[in-house]
Amino acid sequence: MHMADALLSPAVATVMYGASAIAAGTSIYKVNKDNIQKKLPTMAVTAALVFAGQMLNYTIPGTGSSGHICGGMLLTSLLGPFAGFLSMIVIIAIQCLFFADGGLMALGANCWNMAFYGCFVGYFLIWRPIMKSKLADRLKLILAPVLGCVLTLQLGAFSVVLETKLSGITELPFGAFVGLMQPIHLAIGLVEGLATSAILLFIYEARPELIMDLGEGKGESGKLSLKATIAVLACVAVFFGAGLSLFASSNPDGLEWTLFGNQDGGYSANMGLDEEDYGVQSNAADKAAGIQEKLSFLPDYAFKGSDSAIGTSTSGIVGMILVAGVILVVAFVPKLVKKGKVETSDKQGE
Amino acid sequence: MDELAAGTSPVHKLHPLVKFLVTIAYIYCVVSFSKYDLTGLFVMLLFPVIMFSTAGIPLSTCFWKLRLVLPLVLMVGIFNPIFEGKAGLISMITLMMKGVFALMASFIMVATTPIDGLCAALRKLHIPSILVTLLLLTYRYISVLVKEVAIMTDAYKLRAPGQKGIAPKAWGSFLGQLLLRSMDRANELYSSMQLRAFKGEFFYAAQRKLNVKDAVFFFVCIAAFVLARLINITELIGGVFA
Repeated sequence: MHMADALLSPAVATVMYGASAIAAGTSIYKVNKDNIQKKLPTMAVTAALVFAGQMLNYTIPGTGSSGHICGGMLLTSLLGPFAGFLSMIVIIAIQCLFFADGGLMALGANCWNMAFYGCFVGYFLIWRPIMKSKLADRLKLILAPVLGCVLTLQLGAFSVVLETKLSGITELPFGAFVGLMQPIHLAIGLVEGLATSAILLFIYEARPELIMDLGEGKGESGKLSLKATIAVLACVAVFFGAGLSLFASSNPDGLEWTLFGNQDGGYSANMGLDEEDYGVQSNAADKAAGIQEKLSFLPDYAFKGSDSAIGTSTSGIVGMILVAGVILVVAFVPKLVKKGKVETSDKQGE
Repeated sequence: MDELAAGTSPVHKLHPLVKFLVTIAYIYCVVSFSKYDLTGLFVMLLFPVIMFSTAGIPLSTCFWKLRLVLPLVLMVGIFNPIFEGKAGLISMITLMMKGVFALMASFIMVATTPIDGLCAALRKLHIPSILVTLLLLTYRYISVLVKEVAIMTDAYKLRAPGQKGIAPKAWGSFLGQLLLRSMDRANELYSSMQLRAFKGEFFYAAQRKLNVKDAVFFFVCIAAFVLARLINITELIGGVFA
């Protein structure tokens, strides 16, 4: 879900930086109230662990594929929302700076999409109410991570769509974009939720005091058998798998839209598929044609029909070739000069 | 990355704060180009190429990193040609170029700046000390824990040959055990930091002050970015020869 810099306009990126900065400021204020000196090493080591844990691939039963944890809910369940948010910021910053996952300008948006929802929404709306409930501890530790991961990833994916559309980056219609992003992240959320839940259940057996708010409810620990918890989990999975997928599929999938919804562009003919059979009306095609028609008159589009524009585009292409030449010279001449110097010194040495 | 950052080229010698600000300015400038301004954007490639060349770092070192950034950019951009035709093709290429250019600029900044220099620059920008200290500590421990995870994964693979990933029955115990050990490690780390009089913030090695070279680099770069943004230099040069 990491957004690259190219997917955001400067205005949207700046607004998202501002929003994340407010959340970070609040978190710093709250964390500073506690013994921050003692908490810092724990936050750092846990963040490093989540980072390392992202390298692990978990086998998804029956699919032949695998997934990994993202860590927002895991950090929140161990450190709390405020310290968890700060740790997530650092993980996302390191991923962006040292692993090129995300972007420096998109850092604010990525923090919002992955850390804010995972830590604050996940904690206050899901984790805390469930931990305060009277359910059995094991059930709590299954429900909270699964529901939390699914909800927060759905919100994060929806934010990616909103931010990209507001930035004017893609011509993919909003509905199709949402239809493309949400189901993918539904599956990812379920896998992450299950993996987080498995880790928390292990910690519960060994060191339950490490888990946030666990003792707040009056549930009797360990009363629910493993089979019963798996049954509850299966019900949750079916609910989300069926319920939310139906909701998601009420909007056309991006791929379907592409293949069947643009008959004017020749895509239906190419695939031999009938648009009517798939229930996608020609609104999409009309809309696409409208956009295309509108954009063909854009003044800054270099390949328009007018003579002056063709002249401009030719200049542009010639200019690009020249700039490419300069770039090649800049990139390779220092190497050749260095190589020449080494060869000369070798000969002198002989 | 740490090995690359330990170089002695003119780019390495620039003040980390200046490199950080110039990189931010470059990325903002690149993404602000119109999505159809392919020729105008192209000239922006000069900056990272000059930086890579001067730093003596091969361009190929950063291309492997593109595998993480480009898929989502491509997924978003690939629909543009479908909905816009030729214009969409231009906007898709421009989008990809923006992604690659921004990545190259970030990469060269990090590859020529040690982590403590970068953290000191962030403190100069008044980024809260808790975040900067956390960044430094987490970065330090990532390599330790990644090594542990690699050892555990190798051991698991040797006991489960031919299995893809970790089986569901081991999901909890695998990372859970490491997590418990890490929590203990964090307590030991806190004790050792206290013994060294840790009061909530690290003190960085004395950073050199900004000099004339840094100022010249900063103002020349910013002026060049603004110029490239306002004037289509590629068309201008092409117009002379075409």
